[in-house]
Order: sequence, then structure tokens, then C-alpha cells
Amino acid sequence: MAPLLDVQNLSTSIKLTSSTVHAVDNVSLRVGKGETLGIVGESGCGKSVTGLSIMGLLPPGGAVTGGSIKLNGRELVGLQKEEVRRIRGNQIAMIFQDPLTSLDPTKTIGYQVAEPVRLHRNVSRKAALDRAVEVLGLAGVPQPRERLDNYPHQLSGGLRQRVMIAMALACEPELLIADEPTTALDVTIQAQILALLRDLKERLGMAILLITHDMGVVAGHTDRVCVMYAGQVVETSGVVPLFRETRHPYTRALLASIPRFRQGRENALPAIPGLPPDLSRPPRGCRFAARCFRATEKCRAEEPPLTGPTSAHRYSCWHPLNEPRTLAVSGVDVSGTTGTDLVAPDARSPRTADGIRTSATEHKPETATANGDREGPLLDLRNLVKEYPVGSNAVLRRNAARVKAVSDVSFSMPAGTTFGLVGESGCGKTTIGKMIVALERPDSGSVTFGGVDVAKLRRAELRRERRDLQLVFQDSHSSLDPRMRIGSIIAEPLHAQHWGSRQARRERVFELLAEVGLPKNTVERYPHEFSGGQRQRIGLARALSLNPRLIVLDEPVSALDVSIRAQMLNLMTRLQASHGLTYLVVSHDLTVVRHLADRIGVMYLGKLVEIGSGSDIYERPAHPYTAGLIAAIPLPSPAAEHAKKEPAITGELPSPVHPPSGCRFRTRCRFAQERCAVEEPEPRSFGPGHLAACHFPLRTATPPETTADFAG
Amino acid sequence: MWSMFFPFGRRRATEDRADEPVLDRRPLPLRRATGNRLAVIGFAMLIFFLLFSFVGPLVYRTNQDVISLVDANQPPSAAHLLGTDANGFDQLGRLMKGGQTSLEIGLFAAVVAVTIGTLWGTVAALSNKTVDSIMMRVVDVFLSVPFLFVVLILAVTFVPSVLSLSLVIGGFSWQVPARLVHSEVLILREQDFISAARIAGTPPWRLIIRHLVPNTLGVVIVNMTFQVADAILAVAYVGFLGFGLQFPDVDWGDMLSDGMQYMQAGYWWLVYPAGVCIVLTVVALNFIGDAARDATDVRLRHR
Repeated sequence: MAPLLDVQNLSTSIKLTSSTVHAVDNVSLRVGKGETLGIVGESGCGKSVTGLSIMGLLPPGGAVTGGSIKLNGRELVGLQKEEVRRIRGNQIAMIFQDPLTSLDPTKTIGYQVAEPVRLHRNVSRKAALDRAVEVLGLAGVPQPRERLDNYPHQLSGGLRQRVMIAMALACEPELLIADEPTTALDVTIQAQILALLRDLKERLGMAILLITHDMGVVAGHTDRVCVMYAGQVVETSGVVPLFRETRHPYTRALLASIPRFRQGRENALPAIPGLPPDLSRPPRGCRFAARCFRATEKCRAEEPPLTGPTSAHRYSCWHPLNEPRTLAVSGVDVSGTTGTDLVAPDARSPRTADGIRTSATEHKPETATANGDREGPLLDLRNLVKEYPVGSNAVLRRNAARVKAVSDVSFSMPAGTTFGLVGESGCGKTTIGKMIVALERPDSGSVTFGGVDVAKLRRAELRRERRDLQLVFQDSHSSLDPRMRIGSIIAEPLHAQHWGSRQARRERVFELLAEVGLPKNTVERYPHEFSGGQRQRIGLARALSLNPRLIVLDEPVSALDVSIRAQMLNLMTRLQASHGLTYLVVSHDLTVVRHLADRIGVMYLGKLVEIGSGSDIYERPAHPYTAGLIAAIPLPSPAAEHAKKEPAITGELPSPVHPPSGCRFRTRCRFAQERCAVEEPEPRSFGPGHLAACHFPLRTATPPETTADFAG
Repeated sequence: MWSMFFPFGRRRATEDRADEPVLDRRPLPLRRATGNRLAVIGFAMLIFFLLFSFVGPLVYRTNQDVISLVDANQPPSAAHLLGTDANGFDQLGRLMKGGQTSLEIGLFAAVVAVTIGTLWGTVAALSNKTVDSIMMRVVDVFLSVPFLFVVLILAVTFVPSVLSLSLVIGGFSWQVPARLVHSEVLILREQDFISAARIAGTPPWRLIIRHLVPNTLGVVIVNMTFQVADAILAVAYVGFLGFGLQFPDVDWGDMLSDGMQYMQAGYWWLVYPAGVCIVLTVVALNFIGDAARDATDVRLRHR
């Protein structure tokens, strides 16, 4: 049977002012009718450009330079614009990552969903709107007819993505290209959208090309997978063999660098050293060779072909894993079935951007000894409340609505430990982080740090206290002043605190750079010259400069690729050990928090719902929200993913302006009863240090019916 | 000097370059600006007019002081390359003299406008909401006053000089830079790097000097070039309406106005040269402004 989509030797390049990026190089792939093909890879590996090439939507300067794209046997490369337009949105549809920017804010939902129908099917306005209602219903939008007159800003992120899917479905496409369809969404919504896509595929017999960076998404929602690296397909096979009989070292490394639930942080994560190559000057030979632990001279000289024992499983590697050994590679264990040791733990690679080991070990954990004799917790939060008025003009609207960002949150953390705060976007976790470092002042409640209430300090006292309290930002791009050199950026806290002489500050900056694994000449450069991972290291160096006692890490790795993420996580763990730091990690990513934190607090809509050790939360969750959140994480294992049934948490996050009465989670909880709406649950103990606030917990409270305090 | 305003170097974040010494520190926007052909043309034209007006009189010496009616309204000749005007002054020499005042007023008025505007906008954006609203409403009020009327009224009362004209024009064109800087600072103060500086304990004045001012300079410089162009046009309007500088001082607008009386007589040399000078200078400044805007626009940087 001829495949629905047949891409042969596709090459696409994008011309920039001074260079040409060979974004896609000689890529071949097929998608059969009703099949889901996953394209997985890190950012810049060419997966999106492949999708855009098929759609004929390349950015300015981009052009298909070779190969063919056949849809139902019809060549798409070189078609007239008119003809491409007839196919686009009709036979092939696409959904994008960000549903906020891919919908027109000035047009109603109904208009936008009906538009492709009116363009491609010669039907009346009325019929097109009827079709819009039908597909909106298919895409799981509740009360589709009432939604027709809504504008995009009136919908939540999850609903907007459903509208995008409805638009894509409107003309019954044979192929749906989904480019990172759930990356911008919360994990519970992600699970719902992915389940919807799978369901639609089965009901409509449509083929899906699912582009993602997430191995977990691939595991659960594709039939076959193409792993891309640096513009090329490096491994392709059915989804089960890919995970069971991984052949390419890159695929294995990607899988290994994802933190696992059961894996504490005793062991460093196996990270892929270095960065992907610059595609305007692609390297000779195997493109992964520079970062591959098994690379030999042959790898650097000759490009491996994409072949394999069967046409179903092919890979481009001279020294594939799990194969009878054909080459003796000196000093390297090639038998490797364990996976972790196949990738260089970053300390073993001599030439990485990650050459961190230099001075970190020599550094005395002075802060740890200084704080060691302190009694009680280093940080203690009591009944924190923070609300923001909605709307900008506070003068005119006296009784303006208020967003309840943080409502009565208490917890405490001893020195030298890591506390993880998880929850979906809008749950107030970042606001808590900002209140701890006194960027925001709480409306009520206290933030006691080392015996001092930070929220009540005066300006001069606060400035002194800032030495001990630092924050690493989520977006390394906006947290570094674009017009300052890195040297000045890192030295800024030193300068502000009048630390040492000019010369001493300079020395300190070099010392810090060495600790985070950046070369000395970094000081003369500007932030935009660095990659995301490197910028995050700079942010970490700045936070460390004054030897703080507590660092708040706000989504420290969520903007980074998987392989870089592992490098960062290892670096943070190592720095904590060598400096005796206390971390508060704020993240929506449960695997990251699990990897870093000793204790974890789960937040929902401004409230702490459960608190406990890593294993309490992940293995013995008591709150239905915690359990649902964990179940929603896509696991990099096809078997585990296929075992999942319905999304554990349904519905959308309620508005934080009018949070539900009683238990705030009740609107999405399957166990909710009348009591939940009336009475707010008090925290109860479920074991030592394990507390949850729920009327109908998944486990029995010990002892039952006594309430406790999260700050306990 | 330029690197102070545009401290960028072009470098791609690739690992293999991380160990190289940093060699090319030529600021990117400057290279980008020189790479832009229109910008080069604009700069060349501007430099030409500056040399023409300020160095020209040293080379091409003419009588601009004593009225000589014998020589009045002569067509171009070897003695007077662009002929003479109604007072017998050499037209080419007069263009140079007019250019001096036009360019001086243009630059000075722009400096006045941009300085007031930047201060006003920054202070408003960093103040509390009430003060901010009041300050920005003042800007709205000023924007709704017809500027030419005010200048004409003032010109009747006071004797216009280079200084007073500059102050008046500058005083009525700071509103646009004020708005630009205001919105820019509003965005900047919410940026994480400002928060990072605050967490470090950086005092407010240092925040302004080290972070806010350098990051608004791009916008300010771009606006400044357009302000110079606008001020030169404004001087020309005022001069054309006969309320410009007092005789024997002159600007290009005055010359145009004087020449218009002789349009019917066919004395083209009294009209076209001054008009062409105004147009070309303004065009040159606009070219430079466009290029500066492209060069400082972060959104275009990675193209």
C-alpha cells in the first residue's frame, strides 16, 4: 500500500543575511493512512522545518533545495502557490505550539473555524457555521454553539488549543501535522489534548505527524518514530522497538537524560556533553560524533548511512548499541545494555561547555558551617497571602476584583535542604518565590529567614539581607541586561553590596565562571552571544556571587533542551553540596522537582494541598490532585503510557479571581462531594512529615481526624 | 563613542568558539548601519551639508554684510555661481549662511526636545500611578496645542534668534520622545534583569543609570534623528511665513519665502536651491533615522 505521505531525501535550507542554515538535510519519512508518526528531537534539529516544508509554509529565506514530498502520490515540491493553497488546510492541516498567537484575536471563534470550510468547500455561511459547531464539538469544546461568538482571549489555553484542532479538522484532512501541540500547556491539559488527538485519529482515520521534544509524548501517542538530530534522521522505527532496542547513542542519551521518578538525586544524571552543531557549518562525518562517547575516527570522517537489519528499524551509526561487536573500541564498554554509562557523565568529557569540575570541589562549604549551628528552620513561611487587583486603574475602581495568587500558605525548610514547589501555571508558586526574595511584599503573613521577617525589613536592612537571598530566573534571556557585559552582570551584586576592591571583584567573577563551567573570556561578551544553557549558568553564577544561604530557583531548566537540562541539574546539585546551599525549586515539571528536592509542596490555585518527601508525593500521594498530576506526566515508556486510560484530571483551571468555595480543587475532583464545597479541608497527617488537605484522601490519615499544620 | 550607545558585538553562541579570544569588537549596529546603503547615503549627505554650511564660507568667501543693489537679482555667472538675491548678496554664500542657522537650530532643538522628553518619560514611568497619569496627561495637552500658532504668537512678541527659536521648537516637540521613553521604561522596569538587580540590592539611582538609560538609548537616538529633521522643517515653516530670524540673519525657510516673490519673474535660483537643501537634509536625516531604528530593533537582530 502506498503511504499517504512519502518524503524522500528532503533538504531545506534557510538563508540568513550572512549564512545559510541547512536546517533539514536528506530526510526521508513515510506516514501511512491512519498512522501517527512522531518526529522527536531537541530544538534546532530541523523537526519543525520538516513540518513546515511539507505544509509549504517556510519562513522568509527558506526553500526546499532537494528531494520530494508526495501526498497520495502527488508531488508537492514545486507546485504552484494556488495549488498548494488548495491542499493546505484541506488535505493537510497543521496545529501549532502556541494557541494564543495562532488564533486571530480580532475574529470570533466561529468565523475562524468556519473559514477553512468556506475557502475549500463551496458552501454557504450557514452551512460552514454548522460545520464549525460540529468540529468544535468533536474537539471537545463544551457548548460549541454558544462559543461561536467568543473571541480567543475569552478562552483558556487548553480551550484555544481545542479550537485550533477544530480548525484543523474542519475540512477532514487526511494528514494532521501537530507541531509541539501541548508544549505551552499545563501537564493536566496536555494529557487531555493528547488523549483527544488519539481519539480523533481513531474516529476519523486521519494520519498524524506529531512533532515534539518530549520522549514521553512520543511513547504514548505514536505508532512509529523518527529521531532527528542536527537536521538528519538518526534513528527510525516502531515506537516499541525504539524504546526497547535503542540503537543510536543519541536516542539512548536522550532517554537517559530524563530524570526518572524512582531515581533520587544520589546519582548524577547522565547528560549529553556539549551543544548541537551549528547547522550553517555542519560537521563532517557523523553529526553526533562530537558529543558521542563511542565516537571513533571513522565517525568523524565518514557519514553513516541510515540503514538497519529491517526496513522498519533503521539507524545511522557506525557503532550502534546492542549489536554484536564489530569493532574494538579502546577503553569503552560497547556491550552496553545498561544505558547510563554509555553517555559521558559530564565530568568525563574533556572539551565540553560543561567543564564544571574545575574548582567546585576545592571550594569550602563555608556557608554550611556558618549556618550549621543555627536552630530551627532557615526559612519559615506563615499564612502568606498575596492578592493582585485586576485591571490597571486602581484609582477609579475601588472595589476591583482581585486575583487570589497566594492564599494562606505556610511551610518551612531547614538549612541545607531543597524544597520543591510544584503546581500548574497560575497556582501561585512563582509569587511565593518572589515574596521570599522580597521582590513582592505579602499582603499578610510572614517570611522569616534566619530569624528575621524579610517582609517587614526596611530598605537599608533589606539590602544587607539580600546577600543571603538570591533568585535564579526562569527566562535567562530577559534576566540578563542585553547591554551589559557578562563580567559586569556577574559582578553587579558584588558592586551593589560594596564587596571588595575592583581587583577582588574581578577575581571573584573568574572564580564564579570556573564554578559554573564557563571560560574566562566570557566576561567580555554580551548575553545574546550565549545559548540558553550557558545563559542559565551565568544567572547561577550571579546568584552565587555573594555566597547566599538560600537560592530560589524559578523554573531553572524549563526553557532548556533535555540534554542541556541534565547538565544544569547536575551542576545545581553539585553546587549545593559544595556551598551548603539551601534551594527552593519552583517548577511545573514534576520530574525536575523530584530529582532535586528533599521535600515537595504541591500547590493548587494559591493553596498548598499536599506536602511530603519525594517518595511520599510520588509513591504515596494522598491528595487526588497530586495523584492526578503525577498520572498526567507522559512517561518515556510505551508500555506505561498505553496502560493509562482516561486523563486523570478533567476540566480547566477555575479563575483565581473567584476560586471555588471550600476545597478549591473540587470542581475537577472525581471524589468531590457536597462537603467539599462547604468546608475547607484542614491539613492532616499521612505519615511523618507527610500532610495533605483533603476531605476524601486516597490514603487513611494517621492518626485520623486530627488536623495538623503545613508549617509543622 | 558609538560603542557607548551600541555595545554589541556579533557572536554566535557556538561551543567551539567559546575558547577563542574575542577579536572583533566592532559594534553590530554600526556594522549593520554601514551595511545599509541608505544609511551610508544619508550620512554622506548630512556630512556634505555640514561641510557646505560650516566649512564652505571659509573657502568660498562672499559679501553677506553690505547690501549692494547694483548686484541685485543677477542670474548665475562666474562671479556668482548661483546668482544674487534682491539685496545683492551672493546666493550660494547665503545658502551656506542659512544652512548654518538651520542646522544649528535643528540640532539644538532636537537636543532640547529629547532631553526634556527622556527625563519626563522616565520620571513618569518610575513614579506612582497618580503622578504618572498627571504627567502623561500634560503631554497629551501639549500635543493638542497647535505648535505653529504658538510659535507665530511668540515670534510677534519676541525677536527670534537661533537660541530662542531652538528653545521654542524644542519646547513643543518633546512630547513624542516623552511618550516613547515612557512606554519603553514601563516595559523595562518589569524585566527580569531589573528584578535581578533589585535582588542584588542595587540602589534606584544605579538602576536608572546602569540599566534603564542604556536600554532606552536606542529609541532615544532614533527619535533624535527624526527630531532634527522635524526641527529643520519647523524652522523652514516659520521662516517661510516671515516670522523667522531677523535680517541679516537668515535660514533656508526665509530664503525660500523671499524667493517666492520673484517666482513670476523667473528668478529660479532664488527658490530651488534653498528648497532642495531643505528636502535633501531632511531626507538624509530620515535615512539615518530609519537605519538607526533597524540597527537597534532587537526583533530584527537575528535576521
